[in-house]
Amino acid sequence: MRLYNSPYVRQPNSVTRVMLKVLIALLPGIAAYVWQFGPDILVRVLLATVTAVGCEALMLKARGKPLALFLSDLSAVVTAWLIALAFPAIAPWWIVVTGTALAIVVAKHLYGGLGQNPFNPAMVAYAIMIVAFPSLMSQWPSALPDAVTSATPLDTLRTGLRATDATVASVMADARVFGELAGRGWEWVAGGFLVGGLWLLQQRVITWHIPLAFLGTLTLVSGAFWLAHGAQYASPVLHLMAGGSMLGAFFIFTDPVSACTTPRGKLIYAAAAALLVYLIRVFGAYPDGVAFATLLMNICVPLIDMKTQPPVFGHKGR
Amino acid sequence: MHYNYRDIFWNGFWRQNTGLAQLLGMCPILAVSTSFVNGVSLALATTLVMAMSNAAVAALRNLIPYEIRIPVFILIIAALVTMLDLAMNAWLHELYTVLGIFVPLIVTNCIVLARVEAYAAKNPPLPSAVDGAAMGVGLMLVLAILGGAREIIGSGTLFAGIEMLIPGARAIQVLPQDYPGFLFAILPPGAFIALACLIAAKNWYEARQKAATTLSGPGCAPASHGH
Repeated sequence: MRLYNSPYVRQPNSVTRVMLKVLIALLPGIAAYVWQFGPDILVRVLLATVTAVGCEALMLKARGKPLALFLSDLSAVVTAWLIALAFPAIAPWWIVVTGTALAIVVAKHLYGGLGQNPFNPAMVAYAIMIVAFPSLMSQWPSALPDAVTSATPLDTLRTGLRATDATVASVMADARVFGELAGRGWEWVAGGFLVGGLWLLQQRVITWHIPLAFLGTLTLVSGAFWLAHGAQYASPVLHLMAGGSMLGAFFIFTDPVSACTTPRGKLIYAAAAALLVYLIRVFGAYPDGVAFATLLMNICVPLIDMKTQPPVFGHKGR
Repeated sequence: MHYNYRDIFWNGFWRQNTGLAQLLGMCPILAVSTSFVNGVSLALATTLVMAMSNAAVAALRNLIPYEIRIPVFILIIAALVTMLDLAMNAWLHELYTVLGIFVPLIVTNCIVLARVEAYAAKNPPLPSAVDGAAMGVGLMLVLAILGGAREIIGSGTLFAGIEMLIPGARAIQVLPQDYPGFLFAILPPGAFIALACLIAAKNWYEARQKAATTLSGPGCAPASHGH
C-alpha cells in the first residue's frame, strides 16, 4: 500500500497553462477579425509576437534570469496578441514593433518583470502610441472591400453628433460604418471575444467579478444616458459591442497582475473602470477609453486591495 | 581651514548631483528639457545664479540673523535672478521668450535655496561659490543629456534653436528627414521616463564601481549589507 501526502486533489494550473488558455480564448475573436477584415491581422499578431519574445529574451538576459523558464510562460505572447488586437491593423508596421518593445522593456521588465508590473503592459503601449501618433493610431480598417480606412464607430459617432440636428439614429444610419448592433464587422469581433471570454470563465481562468461588474456598469451608465436623451447618447448595445469593451472586460481588466485580487475589490475596480470608459468615450477626445481607464484604475489597485481585504476566517470583520 | 576644491566640485557635479541624486528642482528639469539648447541655457542661468547667490550669502553670513535667514536668502536670490532676468531679456531676447516663466522661477528652484542653506550659510565665499557653480554644472550635465535625448527621440534633431545662443550656428538633423517624431518623448511623461532611466543608469554605474573596488580592494572586504 502506498501512502500519499495531502493535498490529494491538485490543480495543475501553472502560469504557462493560464496564458495558453488566454491565447486559445483569443482565437474566436481573431477568427472573426480575419473573416471580417482579411488576414492582415495575422501578420500583425506574428510581428508583435516575434518582437515581444525577442525583447523578453533580451531583457531576461540583461537581468540574468533563466531564459527558458520565463520565455515558456507565454506571458509575453499574450501581451503581444493584445497589442496586435488593440492597435489598428493598418497602422505602419513600426508602430506595432515600437509599441510591443515599449510594453515588454519599459512597462514589464523595468518594473520588475511578470508579477511586478503595476500597469498592464499592452495598455501602456497603446496609451504611449496614441499619445505619440494620434492620427496613425485612429485609422482603422473598414469592413467594406472598397473602402480602405475609416475611423472607429465610436469616433464616427462622436464627430457625427457634433453637427447640428444630428441624432444617434441619423449617424448610425451610415451603413459603411455601422452594422446591426454596433460597428460594421466590429460587432462580430466583439462577439468572438465574448465567446472566448465565456470559455475563460468556464475554465476558471478568470472569475465572474470583473467581466460582470464591467459590462453591468457600462450597461447601467450608458442605459441611463440613453433613456434620458436617446437622440444624443447611443444605446448600451452599441457601447457593449463597440470599441474595446469585450476585449477589455474579459482579457484586459482581468489581467491577474495589474488588477485587484480581492473579490469585492474586483467589483469596485471593474465598475469604476466602466464609468471611466464611458466618460472618456462620450466626453473625452480619444477614440476609446479602455486603455486609459485600465491605467487609471491600475494606479488605484493597491488602495482598493488594501481597503477590501476579506476578514480572516474565524475572526470578526474588521 | 583648508578646502579641497576638487572634492567640492566632484560633490556637486556627480556625488550629490541635483538632478540624479538630490532630485531637487525637478519642475524646471522636467519642463525645460524638451531640447538640448533649452535645457543647457536654463542650466547656464541657474549656474550663474547659484554661484552668485552662494558667494553673496557666504559673504553676508555673519550679518544675517539666524531666525530670519530664509527670507533674507530668498531676497538675495530674487535680486540676483531679477538682474539675470533683465539681462537675458535685453541681450538674449529670443531665448528669453522660449524659456519664458522658467527664468524668473529660478528664485523658487529649491536647489538654489538648498545650497545656500546647507553650504553657503556655513562656509566662506570662495568654496561657497565653487559649490554653487559645481551644483549648477551638475544640473547642466543632466539637462544636456535629458534635453539631447528627448530632442533626438522626439524630433530627430539636435541643437535646434542654437542660433539663439550662437548666431550663425545650425541644428543637426541626427535621424533621417522622414523620421516621424516620437512626440511622447517631448511630452511631460517622456521627461519622467527619461529622467528615471538616467537615475537608474547612475545607480547602476555606481553599484558596479563599488563592486569592482570591493573585489579588487586589499584584504577580504566585508560583504555589503545594502539590501
